[in-house]
Amino acid sequence: MMRLLTSLLLGLTLLTAPVYAQNGPLRLDLDIGVIEPLPFAAPNFVPDGPAAAQYAQDISRVVAADLTGTGLFREISSDAFISRVSSFEAPVQFADWKAINAQALVTGAVNVSGNRLTVRFRVWDVFAGQELGNGLQFSGTTEGWRRMAHKVSDQVYSRLTGEGGYFDSRVAFVSESGPKNQRLKRLAIMDYDGANVQYLTDSAAIVLAPRFSPTGDRLLYTSYETGQPRIYVLDVDRVKQSELKTQDGTMSFSPRFSPDGRSIVYSLIQGGNTDLWKMDLASGQSVRLTNTPAIETAPSYSPDGAQIVFESDRSGTPQLYIMPANGGEATRISFGQGRYGTPVWSPRGDLVAFTKQNKGRFHIGVMRVDGSEERLLTSSFLDEGPTWSPNGRVIMFTRETQGASGRSTLYSVDISGRNLRPVRTPDGGSDPSWGPLQN
Amino acid sequence: MNLLGKVIALGALSVIAACTNNDPSALGGGAGGNGAISPGSPSDPRSPAYFQQTVGDRVLFAVDQSTLSPQAQTVLEGQASWLLANPDFVAKIEGHADEQGTREYNLALGARRANAAREYLISRGVAGNRLTTVSFGKERPIEICSTEECYSKNRRAVTVLTGSTLG
Repeated sequence: MMRLLTSLLLGLTLLTAPVYAQNGPLRLDLDIGVIEPLPFAAPNFVPDGPAAAQYAQDISRVVAADLTGTGLFREISSDAFISRVSSFEAPVQFADWKAINAQALVTGAVNVSGNRLTVRFRVWDVFAGQELGNGLQFSGTTEGWRRMAHKVSDQVYSRLTGEGGYFDSRVAFVSESGPKNQRLKRLAIMDYDGANVQYLTDSAAIVLAPRFSPTGDRLLYTSYETGQPRIYVLDVDRVKQSELKTQDGTMSFSPRFSPDGRSIVYSLIQGGNTDLWKMDLASGQSVRLTNTPAIETAPSYSPDGAQIVFESDRSGTPQLYIMPANGGEATRISFGQGRYGTPVWSPRGDLVAFTKQNKGRFHIGVMRVDGSEERLLTSSFLDEGPTWSPNGRVIMFTRETQGASGRSTLYSVDISGRNLRPVRTPDGGSDPSWGPLQN
Repeated sequence: MNLLGKVIALGALSVIAACTNNDPSALGGGAGGNGAISPGSPSDPRSPAYFQQTVGDRVLFAVDQSTLSPQAQTVLEGQASWLLANPDFVAKIEGHADEQGTREYNLALGARRANAAREYLISRGVAGNRLTTVSFGKERPIEICSTEECYSKNRRAVTVLTGSTLG
């Protein structure tokens, strides 16, 4: 399965296209808050032969699912179409698309030659009667067709919002099965939308909380393989793991990469007390970052690597703090009611996502890095462990239902608090880590 | 004294061996690895089964606490006496939390609880090198309902006998 991704050499070519003057192009401003999804039409991409027909249809459906899945766009059913798009090169009949109120139109064509697949597409601003950006072409192997569809979606999203997309990305998570008191956990990885699940470990030992490296090539995670929780690093493509040596006889957990991928910050337990440490991966040397009798855990770097946000109960209850990346004085940033944990710095650097426990409920929330403008996005019996989409617009997290039959499921939610939805996985899922956009 | 030293060293070796076993059905409700030690007969005061059932292998904690209640201290007094009377056994103390709380915090909390039990046993004369700890956080509840009735049993430190040099 991994061979699929490494052998998928995506070619990207700019299509020659007429250049239009762009005055006031279609633009969905995500900071204003999108309440009414923007209607778009994505007629099936045009196959250039029988071999391409199924791919053309499947790619069109994945693109439409990516876009509607954001909650920002609404697909107009093909039943309403007036125009049929039977040629990628033929002029777009804007009046026909205006008539059904399609503000954006995505057209495309698919060519299959042997096991080589090429997708061409264009995005149209229907009411301006203009193309948005230039047509593009992606090519790769046929087995990588979903990635090409996601790449098309990323381009469409980007042109319509002015922001980076997140569709051609992967999520590492813990696949869960079995009852609560004997739950089996396996490390798994999948496309952001739940497709192409692969298992990276068996369920012989409890595994927890995978964390992607900044480039997506490695995963940190915690395993009870030795009987004690300890940190491991796994090469994603080779599915090869190694233990990161922390002090003998100690428990270590909650690791996370630095933005340059060269070091990790993690929790180490000594004598029952949990502090934060940092390890240089090349030398294997660790240095202590905190030294208090309190629990210090769940560290996460700022995107520039200069600071670390973490959770500590030094005030008596778990709260969020920020300190310099090499340790030093920490500043508390959470001051609302309840208990705060698992802070994660957003990829844009502007927000911290967190888990909040208050009055018997759990919430996923965001606040600015100075602790202001706290907003709770979700509420349930047990929500925890947020992870950011590569563009900082969506958060994925774990939701566990209560009771003897309680089950963990991955969910995603827009940082506006809208578009809460489950992410489909074959079994239960927990501890998601959203990786970067793929190359 | 020389003999005792050897016994303890052997015991420590058997702990290491036990750690590689991830059988979840460990003796005495333990959640972690367990060596192949025979529980013996509950009527034999020197048996692990007696330790588990009569002495009591676990202590419970209040919500978000790792301090030992008077009741917990009584159980640990019994454990200490048993361990002192049976010096060929070593133990792993497992700390657990209920499901209220994040995975990370509960791992740290479970470690506090296991350590509190270990420190108490040491204060009563049990050699520290016979006692290891591990935290399972909220990963291995024994009761699976989502009410305080179950939670109170899940907030626990369980002393699991992991080796005997006498066999």
